[in-house]
Amino acid sequence: MIRFENVSKTYPRSSQPALRGVSLDIERGEFVFLVGQSGSGKSTLLRLILREERATVGNVLVAGRELSTLPSRKVPELRREIGTVFQDFRLLPNKNVFQNVAFALQVLGKSRHTIKAVVPETLAMVGLDGKEKRLPHELSGGEQQRVAIARAFVNKPAILLADEPTGNLDPTTSLDIVRLLDRINRTGTTIVMATHDDEIVDQLRKRVVELNDGELIRDQHRGVYGAQR
Amino acid sequence: MRLQFIFSEIWIGLRRNLSMATSVALVTMVSVLFLGLGVLSQRQVDTMKDYWYDRVQVSIFLCTAKSDLPNCSAGAVTDAQRKEIRSQLDAMKPLVKSVFPESQQQAYDRLKAQYKDSPSYRDIKPDQMPESFRVQLSDPTKYDVITSSFIGAPGVGDVQDQRRILDPLFNVLRGLSYGALSLAGLMVLCSVLLVATTIRQTAFSRRRETGIMRLVGASAFIIQLPFILETLVATMVGTALAIGLLWAMVKYGVGYLADKLPVNFITTADVVTVSPWLVAIAAGLAMLTAWFTLRRYLRV
Repeated sequence: MIRFENVSKTYPRSSQPALRGVSLDIERGEFVFLVGQSGSGKSTLLRLILREERATVGNVLVAGRELSTLPSRKVPELRREIGTVFQDFRLLPNKNVFQNVAFALQVLGKSRHTIKAVVPETLAMVGLDGKEKRLPHELSGGEQQRVAIARAFVNKPAILLADEPTGNLDPTTSLDIVRLLDRINRTGTTIVMATHDDEIVDQLRKRVVELNDGELIRDQHRGVYGAQR
Repeated sequence: MRLQFIFSEIWIGLRRNLSMATSVALVTMVSVLFLGLGVLSQRQVDTMKDYWYDRVQVSIFLCTAKSDLPNCSAGAVTDAQRKEIRSQLDAMKPLVKSVFPESQQQAYDRLKAQYKDSPSYRDIKPDQMPESFRVQLSDPTKYDVITSSFIGAPGVGDVQDQRRILDPLFNVLRGLSYGALSLAGLMVLCSVLLVATTIRQTAFSRRRETGIMRLVGASAFIIQLPFILETLVATMVGTALAIGLLWAMVKYGVGYLADKLPVNFITTADVVTVSPWLVAIAAGLAMLTAWFTLRRYLRV
């Protein structure tokens, strides 16, 4: 589903590469934790998958597409197969829960009929039924992140990228969110989650990919946060 | 993207940026107004030219006994000279469309009728007025042919082309219309810059929405469309106001002058004729500016 072939990325005006020689294969339906210190290259790796950035060297293949040769006009098609969740939720403050989730379908031209059917179903799945009319500021952090996950998942993407989704949440809520992601993963969606949360990584025992200074230093199935544990 | 969703997004955008949208509409209104005034004044000059050139004549003034013109030192025009001038004019057809001989008495009567209230002409006598041939040309631009043929001819005091009197007036009007067009150019530049700044500001204030649109896979066109349409709505409101003002100015301002002065003026039909061009120019510029600005400042 996602393949990195000897990928390096150096940002303009930076002498140090953000990623160097990373090779990685993520199969369809896998759940992968991406760990490493701040600045280790986790976010760059996610941005390369989204084709927000292009690799300086090497190939990135996502959902059967080679991103280095993918023309810009085809990028939206790629992104429709990828859902994205961020630490800061990125909800639209003037839209309620339903509208926030529906927005992702509306901009893709989905019919009102489809939206009315799919959005409540997705909200129920993330545990937000009955809160459709609430505005983001009327929700807790955990609930806001659920809305963000619903918005990322409402179009049933093949891949879900989560960049520190629990970074702003307390441990209990964080665990709830990761369990939700686990449930989504069980529907066949590939999940790549960048995190610093060792408790969650240790508890779920999924595949762990560790980056350090842009280099892949560990790829461990049923791994833990720190290699020493 | 569904139409209803597009319209609701445009409405939200306009409401949120009401002051900027209003300023775009107003600056567009002023630019289009000047542009319209420039174009309409050009049409006014053309209308007046058509009207007057159909009526202007070349006047061949003949010598009278009291003429002090250099060519009249031999005294008043003789019958033979008069006949010679007339036959020369007849030979110049078809350039010479028609010839009206005007006697001293007729010239005096016309002067009295035109300036009946003026004290300056109260003491003038018929024998002080010059006798003339009023010549109408099929092509008024070729008045030089008449001038060169008759100036200095025996019995001819002077040759005057009325175009020479009208042309400075037309030149002033033409100059004014170019002035209006130059001002319009400056105002159009202002509105282009304002539209660009507004879009930049709007794109910045809506970066979260556009970021989400991008991430969920909306195409560049769909992301840019609300910005372009919002700009278009504000611009079209301004253009509609400008066209309304132009219509009112022509209907009531020019219409008032047309009732008072014996000159052909432009009418509201001219406003209707130029309006589609004004709309097209305003819409084209707005969309082009929006497109360029979005390419530069909106990541898609």
